Amino acid sequence: MSDLMAGLHQPGTTVLHRLPVGAKVLGLAVLSLAIVVVRDVWFAPVFLAITLLLAALARVPLRSVWRAARGVLAIAVLASALQWWWYGGEKAAETFLDLLSLGLAALSLTATTSVNEMVDALSRWARPLRRVGVDPDRVALTVALTIGALPGTIAIARETRDAARARGVDRNPRAYLSPFVIRVVARAHESGDALHARGIGDD
Amino acid sequence: MPTIQLDEACVRVPLPGRGEREILAPTTLSLTERRIAIIGANGSGKSTLARLINGLVRPSSGRVTVEGRDVVREGAAVRRLVGFCFTDPAAQLVMPTCVEDIELSLRRTVKDAPTRRARALAVLAANGLANHAHDSVHSLSGGQRQLLALAGVLALEPKIVVADEPTTLLDRANTRRVGDALLALDQQLVLVTHDLEAAARCDRVLVVDDGHVIADGTGDEAVAHYVGLVDR
Repeated sequence: MSDLMAGLHQPGTTVLHRLPVGAKVLGLAVLSLAIVVVRDVWFAPVFLAITLLLAALARVPLRSVWRAARGVLAIAVLASALQWWWYGGEKAAETFLDLLSLGLAALSLTATTSVNEMVDALSRWARPLRRVGVDPDRVALTVALTIGALPGTIAIARETRDAARARGVDRNPRAYLSPFVIRVVARAHESGDALHARGIGDD
Repeated sequence: MPTIQLDEACVRVPLPGRGEREILAPTTLSLTERRIAIIGANGSGKSTLARLINGLVRPSSGRVTVEGRDVVREGAAVRRLVGFCFTDPAAQLVMPTCVEDIELSLRRTVKDAPTRRARALAVLAANGLANHAHDSVHSLSGGQRQLLALAGVLALEPKIVVADEPTTLLDRANTRRVGDALLALDQQLVLVTHDLEAAARCDRVLVVDDGHVIADGTGDEAVAHYVGLVDR
C-alpha cells in the first residue's frame, strides 16, 4: 500500500503548490502528451530531467520520489523488455524512461494538490453538466472516492490472497476471487453507509 | 438532552422463499439520558436498533423520531443531528490524509477552502491528532483511526453521537482511550458495545437479546442482568 501512498499531498508553499489546480492539470496533460507523442530516444532523458526538476521544485521528499518510481519501475521493466524483444534496445530505453517520467509528473501534481482542492476543481469544471441534471459535486466526489478506494481495495486483495494461501488453496481462483469480490462489495456498502451517515450526498 | 423516540419500531428482512425474519421486534423507547449503552450478544439486534436512530436502517413498521423529526421523512435533517461512528474506521475514512478526511465532513457546511482547512486542523487538534494532520489515514494505529473517525463525526457538531461497537477491533489500551473520549463527549451518546466496563459507566443501559429489549436500567443494574443471562 505504501507505493500507492507515495502520491500523498505534501503541504507546502512552493510555486507548484500555489498554482491553480486547472493550470497544474493542463500542464500535466501537455507534458504527458509530449512524452507520449515525441518518438525520439534522445528526448526521453530530457523529459525525465524535466519531471525530476518539477518534483524538486515541489520539494517532494526523496522517499516519495523513490516510492513512486519503484511503483512504476515494475511496469516499466516489463514494458521495455517487451519493446526490446519487438523493436530493439533504443525503443526499450525510450519506453522505460517515458514511463518513469509519466509517473513522476503525476506525482508532482498529487503531491502539491490536496484531494479536496481537486474535488473543488472537478466540481467547478462539471458545473455545465448541471443543465442535463447531473450534480457536479457528486461527480467530483465520485472521482475522488474512486481514487481513494484503491489502497483499501489492494489491502483487501492482499488479505484475501494471504487467507487463501493459509488454507493452501491459493492456486484455486475461486477460493481467492469469490471472497475478494464479496469483501469489496461489503466494503463499498459500509463506505456508502458511512458517507450517508456523514450527510454526504444529502444536498 | 435531545429525545430519541421509538414507537413500535420494528425491523424485518425478507428471507428468499421463506417469508420474513424479524431483526428487531416492535420496540417503544424514549431515550433522553446523556449516555446510553446498548449491550447484547452478536446478532442480537443492537446494531439495528442503533442504526434506526439516524436512518441507516429504516423501520419496517412503527416510527423513529429524533427531536420530533422522523428519520425516514426528514432523513437529511436527522443526519445533521445524529453523528454515527462505525466499528471499522477503515470504512469511514475515505480520504488519503487525516486533514483531508475531516475537510470532507466539512464540505457541506464550510464552502470556503482556507476556512475549511483551518476548521479541520482545529478539529484534529481538539481530538489529539494535531501531529497527524498530513499523515496517511492508513499509517495510523487502530485507536488513532477510530479517534479520527470520531473527529470526522464531531466536526459536524451533531447533538447526538451513535457509536456502533467502536472499540471491538481495538486493544485494551486503545479501547480505554476511545471509550474515555466517547464518554466525555458533551453530546448525547448512544454506545453499542461489548465493553461492559464502559457500559456500566453509562446513565442507562439497554440489553438486547434476539431482537427484544429484555432489560432497561441503570448501568450496573442492566450490566449485571446481562452477565447473569450470559452465565446462565
